[in-house]
Amino acid sequence: MLRRLDKDQPAAFAFTPANRRWAEAQIQKYPEGRQASAVIPLLFRAQEQEGWVSKPCIEEVARMLGMPYIRVLEVATFYFMFQLSPVGSIAHIQICGTTPCMLRGSEELIELCQRRISAEPHHPGADGKFSWEEVECLGACANAPMAQIGKDYYEDLSAESLNRVLDELEAGRVPKPGSQTGRFASEPAGGITTLQAFTGGHEHNASVDLALTIGDTVKRIDGTEVPFRAPWLRTPQQDEVPPVPVEEVQAVTPPDGEPAEAPVRTDMEHVGRPPGVRHPLPGGETVAPAPEGEPLGVTPDGSQTAGPDATSAEIETAPLSPEQVPAVLVAPRDGVGDDLQRIQGIGPKLEAVLHDLGVWHFDQIASWNPGEVAWVNSRLGQFRGRIERDNWIEQARRLATEEGRGWQQAETPAP
Amino acid sequence: MLEDKDRIFTNLYGMHDRSLAGARARGHWDGTKDILDKGRDWIVNEMKASGLRGRGGAGFPTGLKWSFMPKESDGRPAYLVVNADESEPGTCKDREIMRHDPHTLVEGCLIASFAMGAHAAYIYIRGEYVREKESLQRAVDEAYDAGLIGRNACGSGWDFDLYVHHGAGAYICGEETALLESLEGKKGMPRMKPPFPAGAGLYGCPTTVNNVESIAVAPTILRRGASWFSSFGRPNNAGTKLFAISGHVNKPCVVEEAMSIPFVELIDKHCGGIRGGWDNLKAVIPGGSSVPNIRAEVMKDAIMDFDWLREQRSGLGTAAVIVMDQSTDMVKAIWRLAKFYKHESCGQCTPCREGTGWMMRVMERLVKGEAEVEEIDMLLDVTKQVEGHTICALGDAAAWPIQGLIRNFRDEIEDRIRAKRTGRVTALAAE
Repeated sequence: MLRRLDKDQPAAFAFTPANRRWAEAQIQKYPEGRQASAVIPLLFRAQEQEGWVSKPCIEEVARMLGMPYIRVLEVATFYFMFQLSPVGSIAHIQICGTTPCMLRGSEELIELCQRRISAEPHHPGADGKFSWEEVECLGACANAPMAQIGKDYYEDLSAESLNRVLDELEAGRVPKPGSQTGRFASEPAGGITTLQAFTGGHEHNASVDLALTIGDTVKRIDGTEVPFRAPWLRTPQQDEVPPVPVEEVQAVTPPDGEPAEAPVRTDMEHVGRPPGVRHPLPGGETVAPAPEGEPLGVTPDGSQTAGPDATSAEIETAPLSPEQVPAVLVAPRDGVGDDLQRIQGIGPKLEAVLHDLGVWHFDQIASWNPGEVAWVNSRLGQFRGRIERDNWIEQARRLATEEGRGWQQAETPAP
Repeated sequence: MLEDKDRIFTNLYGMHDRSLAGARARGHWDGTKDILDKGRDWIVNEMKASGLRGRGGAGFPTGLKWSFMPKESDGRPAYLVVNADESEPGTCKDREIMRHDPHTLVEGCLIASFAMGAHAAYIYIRGEYVREKESLQRAVDEAYDAGLIGRNACGSGWDFDLYVHHGAGAYICGEETALLESLEGKKGMPRMKPPFPAGAGLYGCPTTVNNVESIAVAPTILRRGASWFSSFGRPNNAGTKLFAISGHVNKPCVVEEAMSIPFVELIDKHCGGIRGGWDNLKAVIPGGSSVPNIRAEVMKDAIMDFDWLREQRSGLGTAAVIVMDQSTDMVKAIWRLAKFYKHESCGQCTPCREGTGWMMRVMERLVKGEAEVEEIDMLLDVTKQVEGHTICALGDAAAWPIQGLIRNFRDEIEDRIRAKRTGRVTALAAE
């Protein structure tokens, strides 16, 4: 089936820092030289972030994976889950129309969408809030008819209940996904015929539970919704694989500053997982560069390349580092902490969280290395990723300098 | 009827504790190391003896498939790839495993990988299953944290990494070589065989692709013994099986039952009977969209297993039972499947790329009765030209439902054409 890119394309695409970090971790799931395997997950995360897949997004993913643009374009146009034109601002409604759903009334759902949203699929309605399409079997046939909205399945639908779901969404609320007739999961309605001994542990089935806990059903995903986890990046035990010493990594960085292929560990090759160091990407960037002077060789598998002159900007995209405990204080020095809310992005709530963690002063934040950022990040709950996003370290450095000089003599802060 | 104590998926509906602790309480991850200690050959032989046939549709013996993997590595790594791209219309069983009983699959991946000399496995889950992917990843994380997988998995000395990967909505990626292409970051277009994946699969390395259910039942089979598993079902159709019943039954559901269960028992016991009673049954698609339908009078005696359904020129497939009552427009129901296959053809082979569209358009006219009676035979002829002339089985899968329709409901098609022409309906069509 012929699918083309939209004729109106945005100027640029960039992953949010947290999404970028997630994406870089995904690439590490595949053996060296097989980064192309990550193309679908990366494109899909881009779509979750923006709502659809644009040409700049395809180009960015191609750059990150070292793939020719045309290969990524092929993938984006081949797989039907990639939306190639803008979707409704609130949600894109996907009605399953294949036979098992059709037998139980999906045609009524499609009529509703035509009436309420727009006559044609893939065209957002006049108010731009919703768009819809008929999709092929979504694999929830025992709960037919059903629709996927954002990340979630709404099951056992009727035209009325779907209409109610759309009302709720339009009002800015997210109705509970799963069965709309009160079933728990895919058990026979009205009472289970098997497994009676195993009931009662949960209020919701696993899908609904995740939707309610994370609350990201129709959210544009920026990567901060759930804590970052990538167990395949685990740090090798000290006695098994010593970390690559700093000198060794630096020794293979040629003087012109181009990151060279760093030493590759071979002892893991048989394991079929990415052996060691990542290659520089075509854009000249390295994945997971470490700032100068920071300990190297701390990432899993001992993989680490030295960014020739890493800056704080690179720290933002860097931290595939294992957590390190930063210097924390039981109480502020001299009994008075700095006004952390002067850091843009920190409000009363985050300040309280930081105090709980033992962070009271600008100079504490200013001194964090990527490992320490990771440690703090993992304790920020829903605010994970804010350190990089709002560039706390840079802000704190500036503020710490000001504090040292005294507030009155401070220069006008740089914009 | 199968008793709860003999069910493998004891948390199918997710009502019980879904965490690792809950899975352990129900007996999963029990003595995994001992199973691995018995060695590769023991595991493969036990799987062969259990009579387990692949649960992804084709019914190929799982143990035999595992035994195809090279015993000695030639330097290339080996991979297990789990096919969790559940997309066959009617099929919704693997979803329940992955979101509600995921540890059965994680443990199965470790054991199966060990049995085929693989240190890494990928689970390829369909992209639409977002929450299922998250649930599964959670279980994988738990297993890593508990040392059950990862370096020295379960203390067995075997290093094992398990990765969850997802697709983006292409039915064709359920075909094993298309799945491998997709996993390598390409369009999901099937490969020519040979070479078979066991010789050159993922990244050109020896690979076995198995369905979720086939892998997830393995640990329990090995714990309870091949003879326990093979005690269910008729010979050559051993074991327990997840059935997904959709369509015109009173209570559609997913349920684990013994193989070879009579169709009537399955429906009456778990689905509250046929909507409007047994006399209201018209036809059943017993194994997912690609198997031919069977008429009601035959289905009333049906035994739900591979061999019985094949004797009726249909198949068990994925045991996705689509029930249709007398209110069903059979021609339209099959037209919708033709539309599905047209939408999902990858376009690589001409007979399928052109044929699925052609068949769908003729079916469209048959639904309205705007055709000649002779066109029915022409359509049948075209299905035969598509069938068997493509790289993968999607062409066959597109042809079979239409062949089944013509075989079983030719009178209904002809009647509609005549009615359109004369403006009258005969008794049969008015029924």
